[in-house]
Amino acid sequence: MHFPIILFLTKNWLESHMASAICSQKDYKVVPGPEAYLSPAAASMGIVLPEKGQGLIEGQIVSEKVAMEAIAKKLLGAKNPTFFPGPNVLWAVSEKAVAKAVALQEMVKAVPGMKIIPMPDYRPKYPMINPEVEINPNHPNLTIWHNEIDVCVFAGVHCHYANLALKIIRGGTDCYTIALCANPGHEDAMISLRDVHVEDIRRLTKVIERLREGSK
Amino acid sequence: MIPKISPGFEDVLPVEYRELVQDGSYGRNLRIKDLGTFKESIEEHPLCAGCALSLSIRLIVASLPCPEDTIVVGTTGCNSILMPQLAIHNIHSLFGNQNAVASGLKRALKIRYPDKHKDVVVVAGDGGTADIGLSMTMHSWFRRENITTIMLDNEGYSNTGGQESSMTREGVVLYMAPLGKKYPKTRMFEIARESGCAYVAAVSPASPRRLEKMVRRAILVARAIGPTYVQIYCPCATNYKFSPSETLKRTKDDEQIREYMSSDAKELIERLGE
Repeated sequence: MHFPIILFLTKNWLESHMASAICSQKDYKVVPGPEAYLSPAAASMGIVLPEKGQGLIEGQIVSEKVAMEAIAKKLLGAKNPTFFPGPNVLWAVSEKAVAKAVALQEMVKAVPGMKIIPMPDYRPKYPMINPEVEINPNHPNLTIWHNEIDVCVFAGVHCHYANLALKIIRGGTDCYTIALCANPGHEDAMISLRDVHVEDIRRLTKVIERLREGSK
Repeated sequence: MIPKISPGFEDVLPVEYRELVQDGSYGRNLRIKDLGTFKESIEEHPLCAGCALSLSIRLIVASLPCPEDTIVVGTTGCNSILMPQLAIHNIHSLFGNQNAVASGLKRALKIRYPDKHKDVVVVAGDGGTADIGLSMTMHSWFRRENITTIMLDNEGYSNTGGQESSMTREGVVLYMAPLGKKYPKTRMFEIARESGCAYVAAVSPASPRRLEKMVRRAILVARAIGPTYVQIYCPCATNYKFSPSETLKRTKDDEQIREYMSSDAKELIERLGE
């Protein structure tokens, strides 16, 4: 007896919720949180990855050049900019990794006051982590809260752990996230570049230096 | 592979990582007798005071012939909350799946690194090995997979409040088994031997040198011949209600040291001088 009524309610419920989901996807922006304990994956909200030569700013596709300028402005305007290097650059697993590590350190030097807090591996740090000296992808918010980081840059973190960390940061903090990705980019970061290799990092460093000199 | 830090990042890495690189056990062929002279692959753990299982894991890790090229596969149990503290590659599989995961991993590593030994070692509790994962465990032995299975036998399900496992002895009363176990302890040593393991051993952390020898033998035989099994008796102070200070005495009193090796395994062990 109750089965058709349930079906009817379910259909209406689905239609109304799908409509609001489509609407919210259209309007969705990847901006600093805290968004929610379980913030949605940006991809599920309609944010797509950039093509080659492009970047993402808050979910919108822009040219790589525009994205680099935006990164430089964010870093130079930050109170406590911090770089989070992941295992792919922290560990000298290849000549490529070492070259990238050196280029990233040059970028850090170009930003006044920029700190480095490493993500040496991905294992859950149980029973506790020292958030002052490291960041863990399973609870990156602890490091951000403890060090009052307002803008951060990730590089050298494997895709799935970068996505996890970026989503948790957006969910629980007001930190502005930047991902320098060697692959197709990160839609869960507020600004993301794709295909970032040594020469791209050096180009970004030059943009930072130019804007820094220009602001003097 | 022995890890190196990218130049310029030495000062930003937390101190335990720097110590592991500078003074760790990787590539140095260190043994249990060297404990205390090098940075161990385990620093701290959240297990109970007097836990024989944590002591066993410390000894197992110090006994690995090649820690930098070892992957430990574990599953749910007391040991699984310690495993993330190891500076050893570690996979946590679904409860009971550990030997199936280890089989696939070992096969993939053989293809990926045909000229290098990559040791795959299952370290799991008695519930994971002899109850929930018994099918997976035995079938990996039937298939003659080149993996080592180490069972940490604390004779019960300890981190869920003390239920009986098939490794609990007959008549034992635990917090969540108030009527006492109604049937005897499963004879895993014999099951392993009859299922095709080339090397089978039973030991406890109360005999650390012997534990080291058995773990090394098991891993070296698994590399060259086939599946091996080591059963380590490590009683649980919390669920068996004895003082943490009594752990070693109790372990020593109840340990049963046994060893079986096939003729091929015996020949290999003699040839390697192990």
